[in-house]
Amino acid sequence: MDPILFAIFAGIAVVCGIVMVTQRHPIASALSLIGVMGSLAVLYLLLGAEFIAAAQVIVYAGAIMVLFLFVIMLLNAGAEPKPLRSSYLAGFLGVPMVLALMGLLGYLVKRSFPLDVTVRFGDFTGGSAKAVGDALFRKYLLPFEVTSVLVLIAILGAVVLARKEMD
Amino acid sequence: MPANFAFPTEAEYIRFLPETILILMGTLIMVLEGFAGDGHRKGTHKVALFGLFLAMAAACYAGSNPGPAFSDFLLVDGFGTFFRMLVLTVGILAVLCSPSYLSRERADSGEYYALILYSLVGQCILATANELIMVFIGLEISSIATYVLAGYLRDDKRNNESAIKYFLLGSFATAFLLYGVAWIYGLTGSTNLAVIRQYLQTSATADPALVGLAAGLMFVGFAFKVSAAPFQAWTPDVYQGAPAPVTAFMSAGPKAAAFAVFIRVYITAFDGIAETWLPVVWVSALATMVIGNFAALTQTNIKRVLAYSSIAHAGYVLVAVAAHSQIGTAAAMFYLASYVFMNIGAFALISHLSRQGERYVQVNDLAGLSQRQPVTAALFAIFLLSLIGVPLTGGFFGKFYIFKAALDSQLYWLTVLGLLNSAVAAYYYLRIIVVMYFHEPGHATESLEEPAAGIRVASLVAALAVVVLGVAPSLLLNVASRSSAIGR
Repeated sequence: MDPILFAIFAGIAVVCGIVMVTQRHPIASALSLIGVMGSLAVLYLLLGAEFIAAAQVIVYAGAIMVLFLFVIMLLNAGAEPKPLRSSYLAGFLGVPMVLALMGLLGYLVKRSFPLDVTVRFGDFTGGSAKAVGDALFRKYLLPFEVTSVLVLIAILGAVVLARKEMD
Repeated sequence: MPANFAFPTEAEYIRFLPETILILMGTLIMVLEGFAGDGHRKGTHKVALFGLFLAMAAACYAGSNPGPAFSDFLLVDGFGTFFRMLVLTVGILAVLCSPSYLSRERADSGEYYALILYSLVGQCILATANELIMVFIGLEISSIATYVLAGYLRDDKRNNESAIKYFLLGSFATAFLLYGVAWIYGLTGSTNLAVIRQYLQTSATADPALVGLAAGLMFVGFAFKVSAAPFQAWTPDVYQGAPAPVTAFMSAGPKAAAFAVFIRVYITAFDGIAETWLPVVWVSALATMVIGNFAALTQTNIKRVLAYSSIAHAGYVLVAVAAHSQIGTAAAMFYLASYVFMNIGAFALISHLSRQGERYVQVNDLAGLSQRQPVTAALFAIFLLSLIGVPLTGGFFGKFYIFKAALDSQLYWLTVLGLLNSAVAAYYYLRIIVVMYFHEPGHATESLEEPAAGIRVASLVAALAVVVLGVAPSLLLNVASRSSAIGR
């Protein structure tokens, strides 16, 4: 199961990454980036790093992407390209068909792997919040603390470069 | 609390003391900035200087008790202490030449000094990093602060151009480095330099081609930071556009720190696969020297001349790296030390000579400088002669030791081509000296005021260091030779 899931989501990540740089409109690029972030979260989950996966979804796919979209909106990304002419049938049947596909896939997975009662991804463990905290505040204490300087510089730099005028 | 938890010991805190002091002083400057009224902003550079001297003392103290710190993330040894002292010296000299420049451009504010201190935090970490994670964080701290400094004068178009170019290309290079680090971790299962070294030497499981590829990716990142060919294209534009004191700082500090970590990573971790990366360094060293020296021949802007010369000097240091011996490492350390002084001295004088808005940065603007300000001209000439590598200057012994190390490692062709290159380089440095001494004073030199006190001190100290290194090189070379035993 693992290699299949890995292949699927790694594929999605790569495709979304390519789409992100080839899109003309920034909003479309930002949405593709969400695809990359989401599939990365699944990959983390496959590695047994559930805490990182959750953080990935909350911080990257959530907060940072919203910030991106705000910036794009404020900077006036320009007019949207003309939407492709979509057929009436696609609009009508699209959502039910996707739901049907998902249901079918879910059924297939459930039938092929009936013994997986509890969800356990991969053969890796040690990605719980406790394990991450342990690593972060013991072995990786110094890089963790020093990263705060990096963040501080980013803020200071933004202040310096964004101030109105020299005094 | 788990039983196996051990707090960091006192010695470990002391080994991280220089960085701690710099962080605290940088933050103190920002706090003071908030309380100071508009009229009391002139004193922040003194706080920065105080912090830098304190950090230097701390670096000395930390170096007296060498060892690892914080689960081997830092390794304070002679090599690290040498480069810590070097970058802190760069910081002091850069801060000295900044106040007059900034007040002339009406941009005197504390953030500038805070950014320099934070950037030095990154460079001190780079000097002592023993883990690829610390290398990455240190490099980012040092670089991001420098990007901001390059664009410090926000209303100046050249500053903006310089900052944005530096930022975009620099981020791109860092991504390469990070990708290489990820590969190394995947191949060897560790980011600790000593562990990687042991793994590569003892285990046959890692595919040498893949490890070589990862080392190559990291080389891209480092080569960009030290402006080695073929990743040197950003240097002239960025050095030209940035404010002159910032150029002084970033052509010396981040470069020395990047070389320190470059040498440490490749000599320590990748020693087992040296035959794969040595040819790359060989080619890059030659290309860097040739591109730097020949491109400098046609430049008319002094800042661009010195930018290309700084590329060429990175090539000489790469020759020392290609020698791949302890003598080579010591030669690189000595060369970087003398390079730092001559380069920062030259840029300190340029920040004085360029005047407001950097109007006078052409070579011809120096015409007849020796008649108007003999001391300035003499100091500038000392730095240029040292950059050529004339005897009795630090530059001479720097080149001497590097080419001697290269000969000891049987790099005959590289030595010959390198020596030819330094002969070419003499032309464009001498041209500046000729303009200063043998041309009639033009209108640019007529209106020149006396240099500010800070610039005077900085350039005198730098010139003194250049001459001392040229007359008594063994003072520093002994230290360098003693501290060059890394990874063995």
